Amino acid sequence: MRNRFAEVFYELGSQDSRICLIVADISPAGSIAKFRSEYPERFINTGVSEQIMIGMAAGMAQRGLRPFAYTIATFALYRPFEMVRDDLCYQNLPVTIVGIGGGVSYSTLGATHHAQEDVAIAMSIPNMNIIAPCDPSETAEATKWCATQNVGPVYLRLGKAGEPDLTSQAIDPWQFGKVRRIKRGTDVCILTYGVITKSAVELSNRLDAIGRSCCVTTVPTLKPLDREGIASVLSSFSDVVIIEECVSRALTMEVKALAFDCGSRCAIKSFSLKDEFIHIYGTHDDLLSAHGLSVETMFNVLKS
Amino acid sequence: MTNSAKGESSRGNAKIRCRNYRRKILDISQKVSALHIAPAFSCTEIVDAIYNEVMRIGSQPETDDIFLMSKGHGCMIQYVILEERGVLSSQDLELYCKPAGRLGAHPDYGIPGIAASTGSLGHGLGIAVGQAYAEYLKGTSLRLFCVLSDGELQEGSTWEAMLMAGNLKLNNLVAVVDNNDFTGLERMSTGHPAFYPLIEKGQAFGWDVEEVNGHDSLELVTALKKLSDKPRLIIARTVKGKGVGFMESEPIWHYRSPSGTEYEQAIRELESDLS
Repeated sequence: MRNRFAEVFYELGSQDSRICLIVADISPAGSIAKFRSEYPERFINTGVSEQIMIGMAAGMAQRGLRPFAYTIATFALYRPFEMVRDDLCYQNLPVTIVGIGGGVSYSTLGATHHAQEDVAIAMSIPNMNIIAPCDPSETAEATKWCATQNVGPVYLRLGKAGEPDLTSQAIDPWQFGKVRRIKRGTDVCILTYGVITKSAVELSNRLDAIGRSCCVTTVPTLKPLDREGIASVLSSFSDVVIIEECVSRALTMEVKALAFDCGSRCAIKSFSLKDEFIHIYGTHDDLLSAHGLSVETMFNVLKS
Repeated sequence: MTNSAKGESSRGNAKIRCRNYRRKILDISQKVSALHIAPAFSCTEIVDAIYNEVMRIGSQPETDDIFLMSKGHGCMIQYVILEERGVLSSQDLELYCKPAGRLGAHPDYGIPGIAASTGSLGHGLGIAVGQAYAEYLKGTSLRLFCVLSDGELQEGSTWEAMLMAGNLKLNNLVAVVDNNDFTGLERMSTGHPAFYPLIEKGQAFGWDVEEVNGHDSLELVTALKKLSDKPRLIIARTVKGKGVGFMESEPIWHYRSPSGTEYEQAIRELESDLS
């Protein structure tokens, strides 16, 4: 994802002199290094200073530029939280905050690097838009949208590197503010977003294999949420599963509240990070397993 | 007219303008319970000098100099000047802090003449650094004037902005610190003695620093007009609540509006100071 973001950002930035990248001492290599060497004035490293990263981005957007602010997700959103809220959201400016390592993908670095409640927090700020792509291709689409939109601030939640393609055979195209079917099925529908979509697809294949035809629908835009699209899922399937690599106060609660509001009678099962800090170190999958998000655990819950 | 005579005449004009601004703010204070009167009075001459003597404002908003009130709680002085300039209307002031109006006790971006939503301290300078850098990238020659409270220099975010402005050598940025030596609760020099010295701190962060009397319009204008190859930091020594004796350096007036009797006394003091 990181690399695809960098490639697309380089292409966009080469064509549009309003596009700038502000980083706080964290930067992808490859295409961004090329961007930096070709357009040194549009690459700004504020150093280990996230508040000025966001503050500057706000000021630059007010004067007509299209800044992207880029660092590890926790530092992009939590450290400068009031700048995100006041400078970007209150003023409703077209700035993209790129958070790398959304969820718990920095699995050996400890909870200081775990963005385990980022989506829930970002969802609660008025004017904020949230996009969490599931693979490099959705990352490319989202980055292009962010660079040209006039809607307002965006929290673009990315993983790290090496995520597989999950959407080249998708049924629906990527569209801002819309859910997207990436795999067909008729009995069960999984709603998910972000890097953990890979596990959702694996899980759906296991469910297919035991005769429960499983659709996978991604929710790449968490805010504004596609209520109509989700309501349609709730009315079309008898079983809906929500999987998110975040605490449950994000997609899970939104979907359950929507199900209640629209009188849905479908059965809903949800899997999310627990409301607990993680004190173990290991692979990304190890951490997800510790919170009940392994494919095996989820399959065992759902097969019965 | 000699230069010094011109200076005295300009000083006199500023004095009259500032008296009128303070009077107008006192008038508005009688319609609301609180409006941060003392913080507006301490930077009255500063904001007057910037708008009326230094800023280049023409018909093209995108090339006009920019004023950004980082100490958002001092915005009454900006409102009355914007009203005088026709950017805001008298009705706007009439409806200050009322549901039918659009002006609140802190500036809100989107209101004409307001460059940023401030109110939470420590945000304005960072935004100003972004705006100034954007104008540098665009190749314009406009200058950006940002007024900060001294309390804002207690916010770490202000020092992040100071560092970046120094790193980027933003010579189109002028920050003026309204150094009234008071925060909401106490006198800075007593409660936070390590706050000083300021000049050396600013210089160490790569700024061109000058200290002036923040109620002397001529000193302010001279300092504000100076150009440099670095960002300019003007430390304006001021008195919180300046112009009304019983409000000066009294923390309660950070926020409170005067009673009817206090209002009358304040108006008398303002009038007598000018005579």
